[in-house]
Amino acid sequence: MANLALRKLAKSYGSIEVLHGISLDVADGEFVVFVGPSGCGKSTTLRMIAGLEETSSGIIEIGGREVNNLEPKERDIAMVFQNYAIYPHMSVKKNIAFGLRSSKMPKVDKEKRIQEVAGILDMVDLLDRKPDQLSGGQRQRVAIGRAMVRNPAVFLFDEPLSNLDAQLRTQMRLEIKKLHQRVGNTIIFVTHDQVEAMTMADRIVIMKDGHIQQVGTPAEVFHKPANTFVARFIGAPSMNLLAGQIDGTTVSLDAGQQLTVPTLVQTQSGGVLLGVRPDDLHPNSANPILAGTVTLREPLGPETLIYVETPSGEIIAKADGRMPPAVGETVQLGADPENLHVFDAASGQALT
Amino acid sequence: MVDIAPTSDALLMAKPAPRTQNLGQIIRWLLLFIGGVIMIMPIAYMISTSLKWPHEVYNVNLIPEEPTIDNYIFVLEDGRFYWWFVNSIIIATITTICNLLFDSLVGYTLCKFRFPGRTIVFIAILSTLMIPTEMLVIPWYLMSQSFGWLDSYWGIMFPGLMTAFGTFLMKQFFESVPDDFIEAARIDGLNELQIWWTVAMPLVKPALAALAIFVFLGNWTAFLWPLIVTNSVDMYTIPVGLSGFGDEADVAWELIMTGAAISTIPTLVVFLIFQRFIIRGVVMAGLKG
Ligand SMILES: Nc1ncnc2c1ncn2[C@@H]1O[C@H](COP(=O)(O)OP(=O)(O)O)[C@@H](O)[C@H]1O
Ligand SMILES: [Mg+2]
Repeated sequence: MANLALRKLAKSYGSIEVLHGISLDVADGEFVVFVGPSGCGKSTTLRMIAGLEETSSGIIEIGGREVNNLEPKERDIAMVFQNYAIYPHMSVKKNIAFGLRSSKMPKVDKEKRIQEVAGILDMVDLLDRKPDQLSGGQRQRVAIGRAMVRNPAVFLFDEPLSNLDAQLRTQMRLEIKKLHQRVGNTIIFVTHDQVEAMTMADRIVIMKDGHIQQVGTPAEVFHKPANTFVARFIGAPSMNLLAGQIDGTTVSLDAGQQLTVPTLVQTQSGGVLLGVRPDDLHPNSANPILAGTVTLREPLGPETLIYVETPSGEIIAKADGRMPPAVGETVQLGADPENLHVFDAASGQALT
Repeated sequence: MVDIAPTSDALLMAKPAPRTQNLGQIIRWLLLFIGGVIMIMPIAYMISTSLKWPHEVYNVNLIPEEPTIDNYIFVLEDGRFYWWFVNSIIIATITTICNLLFDSLVGYTLCKFRFPGRTIVFIAILSTLMIPTEMLVIPWYLMSQSFGWLDSYWGIMFPGLMTAFGTFLMKQFFESVPDDFIEAARIDGLNELQIWWTVAMPLVKPALAALAIFVFLGNWTAFLWPLIVTNSVDMYTIPVGLSGFGDEADVAWELIMTGAAISTIPTLVVFLIFQRFIIRGVVMAGLKG
């Protein structure tokens, strides 16, 4: 087990730089999730950590040791791929044992270790099967088993759940989290799914276009998004952003309303975006922000999402599940002032 | 392989057998039948001739008037045929094994590694496909002569130990082996040669089987080069030996056909062994389901 550090890590393919010098410290035993839209450089980062891809510049340290020039097998890492990459011509047992091939462990210990891993993953009965006799979830478990069996310092997962159906994904999410609590190795987990990131991570690294946008706990990135990208990427449905002007702590929305926001980190005047999550925005609240007409309802059970046409554009809010406003009804939407976010309109950076 | 294709095609066509036999269907059957007959006829005549007495050889009747197995007894008791058979087996087997190894090694390298000059190497290999054997035998012969390889197994085999076609075939098939498998093995600590052998090769078994059949048949029936490079009767392969069967005055067709009939047996065996491996879709099972 070990900590991991990235120092100004950059990657170019030809003349195109796809990763622009990212730095990050991951503590020993931490579960860190890289999340971001497709093409933002998550896999590239992970593959450089694994040693499958050369770094263009920057340093990677695992357990305090620079590993830039080491082969993958010398880095004490294991990787689980999106496509599982378990060998179709080998039984489950052989696949798991494959991770131990280059280890000098005596045969008896190897066998014990395989049984142990199979036990943890609940696969003892499946050891003699071939991959084509397994379900998607079981195959992914074999892939995890092959990674686990060596007890590596760092586990790397590249979107391991994206080929599973929704229900299985939720289940595997839990299993991986439990596994982490049990074995305690450092994990770097890559996904494009913000729900996976929120539910699994100790810390989330949000990436976009080869830059880190924010690093923080799930609560931090949710409640204190660093910029509009993070604000809209994390949380579903996405945060509403309303254009306006700020003066002190008073925001005047372009659509006309005025409201008071919490004190800003830096006082500023000029164009801003007022952010409010649908979860925090309700009809007929004590702190009105703006009014509009309900155009669509999405019942979710306990609550109903309402799409409201306002002078600031379409806005999503949450209404009561039993008695939501009817389509066509005019509603006054409001939110608790402490749930309001303010972003600089030009840079997108958070001001709250 | 050629003589088996039409029959299996015909079998495939026969299965659905719909009741409404329209004109198109009849034409299709007719064409298949003609194709099948054209394919079968030479083989039928080969077997028929091998069962005839010498005086009947030039009659076109398919059923021999007085069938005999004397030709078989003669050929099998003739020491020369035995040696040609052994030569052919050794040469075709070694050549096949070498092709499976070398073609797949080179194909794998060209497919999975990026290195300077890769495209040029590939094009150079492919371009050798465009030169006919008839032209290559001259440099081959000069080479064999200066290295003292004439009239030896090595001399017969060396031009075919690796083929451009096999390399191309294997390269294309290795494309279907996902890079994830290779990278996973790399992380698991295998070196590149081990990855090729334990991960990539088992995944292209169907291609290896097809290549094995192809190379074995090609070498089993090869005529021009073995004829040129061999001198002594003991070094002949079956096709070379059979072509000269008989005495100086007359070609003994019934003996040639008998030898040819016997020599189809190993090709059938090779085909039956390897076609089992030609099962599609093996690769996909380890990937997303
Ligand atoms: N081998 C490559 N050659 C050129 N560009 C690449 C290569 N691999 C990835 N890229 C580019 O790098 C960027 C990041 O890719 P990747 O790390 O796979 O994104 P993610 O995993 O976040 O979806 C993408 O724009 C992609 O097009
Ligand atoms: Mg990716």
